[in-house]
Amino acid sequence: MISSYRGYRAPEGMVSWALHRLAGLGVLFFLLLHIVDIFVIGYGPKAFNDLLFIYNAPLFRIGEIILVAGVYYHAANGVRIILIDFWSAAYRYERQLFYGVVATFLILFIPSAFFMVKGL
Amino acid sequence: MTVARIGRERPQGSNFELYSWYFFRISGLLLIFLVVHVIITHVVNDVSTINYNFIVRRWASPFWRANDWLMLTLALIHGLNGARIAVDDYVRSRGWRVFAYSVLWSAAIIFLIMGSIAIVTFNPAAAGAAALGR
Repeated sequence: MISSYRGYRAPEGMVSWALHRLAGLGVLFFLLLHIVDIFVIGYGPKAFNDLLFIYNAPLFRIGEIILVAGVYYHAANGVRIILIDFWSAAYRYERQLFYGVVATFLILFIPSAFFMVKGL
Repeated sequence: MTVARIGRERPQGSNFELYSWYFFRISGLLLIFLVVHVIITHVVNDVSTINYNFIVRRWASPFWRANDWLMLTLALIHGLNGARIAVDDYVRSRGWRVFAYSVLWSAAIIFLIMGSIAIVTFNPAAAGAAALGR
């Protein structure tokens, strides 16, 4: 007999919150790395360009695509949070707003990913 | 149908958490312009074209230096404040909280200083002269 149990059902809003935190922490971690790599510019063109050459490795280019996805999602969901906080009627539309977030994300991400994969 | 609000109410009083709450939203909106920077650097420009000269040209203008520094500061504080909230959620024992908060504060100070030094002191002419004089 096949069980019809669908597994734990996350409460409304939990997935969007969890992704928001995941994306935020991911982007933060990248930012710390980024500050270090830009700091190298004080050491002159050779050091800087050599370091940047590492960022052209395929692994980093793929990481870059994931980073951009994280930034886009965190920004779009962040706007949704701001709307919910400052627009008194928004609490009735939290789910629809989330669909808007997904739509915005796809509209931004698909062209960006296309350009980035093209340049790989 | 009313949907349960999940912990986004504005904190009561005029305290640190209230300012933190407002700071997230204000800095977040300003950081939307960061998304524009990301698009310019990584999507339109393709990161393989970014090199030392790209930055020389970009940072020749004080506007771009100011823009980048503002983005750095806002993003660092926004992000580390978010990390602080995550720490409050997951780190409960007192000793580990002290450790985690120390890491966050240290990261804030160190990376703010590093980034500011990089942006403010960048001087390609001086670096070029120093390389020749060596």
